[in-house]
Amino acid sequence: MAIVTHDADEYVAPAAIPEMELYHPKTWLGRYVFSQDAKVIAIQYACTAIAIGLVALVMSLLIRVQLGWPGAFDFIDPSAYIQLVTMHGMIMVVYLLTALFLGGFGNYLIPLMVGARDMVFPYLNMLSFWVYFIAVLVLVASFFVPGGSSGAGWTLYPPQAILPGTPGSDGGIILMLVSLALFIVGFTMGGLNYVVTVLQARTRGMTLMRMPLTIWGIFMATVLALLAFPALFVSAIMMLLDKIIGTSFFMPAIISMGEQLDYSGGSPILFQHLFWFFGHPEVYIVALPAFGIVSDLLSIHARKNIFGYRMMVWAIIIIGALSFIVWAHHMYVSGMNPYFGFFFATTTLIIAVPTAIKVYNWVLTLWRGNIRLNVPMLFAIGFIFTFVNGGLTGLFLGNVTIDLPLSDTMFVVAHFHMVMAVSPVLVVFGAIYHWYPKMTGRMLDDTLGKFHFWVTFLGTYAIYYPMHYLGFLGVPRRYYALEGTNFIPESAASLNEFISIAAIVVGAVQLVFIYNLFISYYRGKEAGDNPWEATTLEWQTADTPPQHGNFGEQLPLVYRWAYDYGVPGATQDYIPQNVPPSKASSGVDNAE
Amino acid sequence: MTTTLIFMAVLMIVVAWWLLRQTAGTEPWQESAMGAITGGHGGRSFIQVDRKLGLFVFLAVATSLFSLFISAYMMRMELGDWRPLKDPSLLWWNTGALVLSSVAMQWARNNNKHEQLSRLRYAVLLAGVFAVAFMFGQWQAWKQLNALGLFAYTNPAYAFFYLMTGLHALHLMGGLVVWCLAAVKLLRGVELSKVNLSIELCAVYWHFLLLIWIILFGLLLST
Repeated sequence: MAIVTHDADEYVAPAAIPEMELYHPKTWLGRYVFSQDAKVIAIQYACTAIAIGLVALVMSLLIRVQLGWPGAFDFIDPSAYIQLVTMHGMIMVVYLLTALFLGGFGNYLIPLMVGARDMVFPYLNMLSFWVYFIAVLVLVASFFVPGGSSGAGWTLYPPQAILPGTPGSDGGIILMLVSLALFIVGFTMGGLNYVVTVLQARTRGMTLMRMPLTIWGIFMATVLALLAFPALFVSAIMMLLDKIIGTSFFMPAIISMGEQLDYSGGSPILFQHLFWFFGHPEVYIVALPAFGIVSDLLSIHARKNIFGYRMMVWAIIIIGALSFIVWAHHMYVSGMNPYFGFFFATTTLIIAVPTAIKVYNWVLTLWRGNIRLNVPMLFAIGFIFTFVNGGLTGLFLGNVTIDLPLSDTMFVVAHFHMVMAVSPVLVVFGAIYHWYPKMTGRMLDDTLGKFHFWVTFLGTYAIYYPMHYLGFLGVPRRYYALEGTNFIPESAASLNEFISIAAIVVGAVQLVFIYNLFISYYRGKEAGDNPWEATTLEWQTADTPPQHGNFGEQLPLVYRWAYDYGVPGATQDYIPQNVPPSKASSGVDNAE
Repeated sequence: MTTTLIFMAVLMIVVAWWLLRQTAGTEPWQESAMGAITGGHGGRSFIQVDRKLGLFVFLAVATSLFSLFISAYMMRMELGDWRPLKDPSLLWWNTGALVLSSVAMQWARNNNKHEQLSRLRYAVLLAGVFAVAFMFGQWQAWKQLNALGLFAYTNPAYAFFYLMTGLHALHLMGGLVVWCLAAVKLLRGVELSKVNLSIELCAVYWHFLLLIWIILFGLLLST
């Protein structure tokens, strides 16, 4: 038990916070299915996201099989291939990463880390998950409609997204757009919760500047998502209308299969603007929670305070704000005014400044730390490497002149997979290894974890490093097979084969991770309340896993920031946030 | 995208300014920062009740949504095939109904504060009636345009008209759900304390939707 008794000389003034009225479920259904407990909702979100993510993982393997050994499987024809590419991208970006970081980690960690009993609107929170769940079902349904799922590429550019000839241009694209709209509605319900909970439901003493960076990252990402997702909503609705009732928002006058269609005058570029106005902040919606979580993992497992905390907070805020004025760097080849290109290249390069500040601070946090190379730490360090790699190729693509020849090549695929697929996923893994003991009370197996890390980490480099070279050679992305491309040497095919083998290995090793999740739930080592000796509030709960209401009888009082590791004169190398100054150095072991 | 960017810029400046005030000068790593928190920090950033703050956050999301539609409208407008809208004069009457609805809501809000129960009931009902009248009027405007053969696919101006009025009406319907719950409670005669927050929130939301409608209507009239 980690309840700290409070002395008469309270430092934190006992301001009046009314106790939150918790919803008490009476039935099994209310407890586990339509639960209003943020922790249960978090696990529901995470399981759904990981399940659909595994589907997308299998899709990526099928894509790789086709690229490595063209025509090996009969069922992967050109249509099926582009459908796989589309669905893989959309699922991974929206339905896995966004849902997992915000719906999963957001729900689990926000109330626990800020010292709240639950989210402020538990009912809305429950609805949020179920709307998300329905969105996933609608998306899955699109596999089974005639014509199959959409094959428009994850960016769904009109006019081809809704024209006959594109796979899934009937039911597939409609269900995709409906599913996205539902996702956004569901997310908005969750997002309101996350923002208001962080602003209003912190425990006493938890000032904004005492919040762990995980919360800062999730908070700012939620703000971005709330403001940016409407752009996707607008474009989805307008495209639906173009498709269903024949408006011409995005559709120009067009002749399709020898027939003049009824569309006229619409602007596909308008769609691109709207899409990327969402699409670029989306990168940071995924990245900011990863930034926050990795900061905490590094600090905890290096037993050192985070370097430049205030700068880290501000970097998160500045990155968030800047992410709204860089969107058109995805559109350099759309024929925009060169001055626009110059403007967006400049803003893109400026965003590298706060990002680089974060990288330096992570490295400086490690500097002379008492590093414990356990599995979460390995993933966190792996993230720094991968993110720097992906970030540097971003500098290439952010510049108009270099982007033009590289646009739509495998270089782009390699870049965004490094920076917004592998990097956040490494953090997801690190975070799961880190918080699994709190969620289940048991540790994940260490040996399996290290095996998982090394194969995943090295394997992803084996996949994406060579892919940059394919891009330089001019191998285009989204192509089913290469024909009549004499400028591409034969060796590109061998390289593709190598990449595919690496991808299959990395894909297979994720089964070890899933196995670890299951086996450790039953046979893992007992974790205790605070196995990592961390300072943040979620490790100071009365029970592990925490009960409904999180903190038992009394909400914790917060006396300090989240990074008191290795404080000179303290009795142990970490001081939890709820330990008063009088007890931190008096020799009493408060965190027992 | 200028409209959206202006909105985002204003919002970001407000957020950044507020956060700067919260964070500048605090050095949580200093030993002196342990423990003592001036002003009896209670963990809340705003005195507003949670539901009201939640509504404000939602209004920011809705503003983002409408500003994006307006941006799309203005970008689409510049293309060659745009024909100006033939505004149904009925929209003026509808606007009047929505203004009255908002006024009635404000009246309800004032009576709410002064605990004038009978007047409150009257005002709340009146606000709902005017809101429903507005929606009915919008529906009639749709029918008038349809009768003239002006469908959503006739011209992008009409497509935007149907889309934006429809979306605005959907938002109002959402508000009417909350209004309904509050009105039923009021008529049943529950304690004022159980509905006063709903009425307060409805009033804020009504004014917001009125503002959005006036902006949309102005846009439709001027183009």
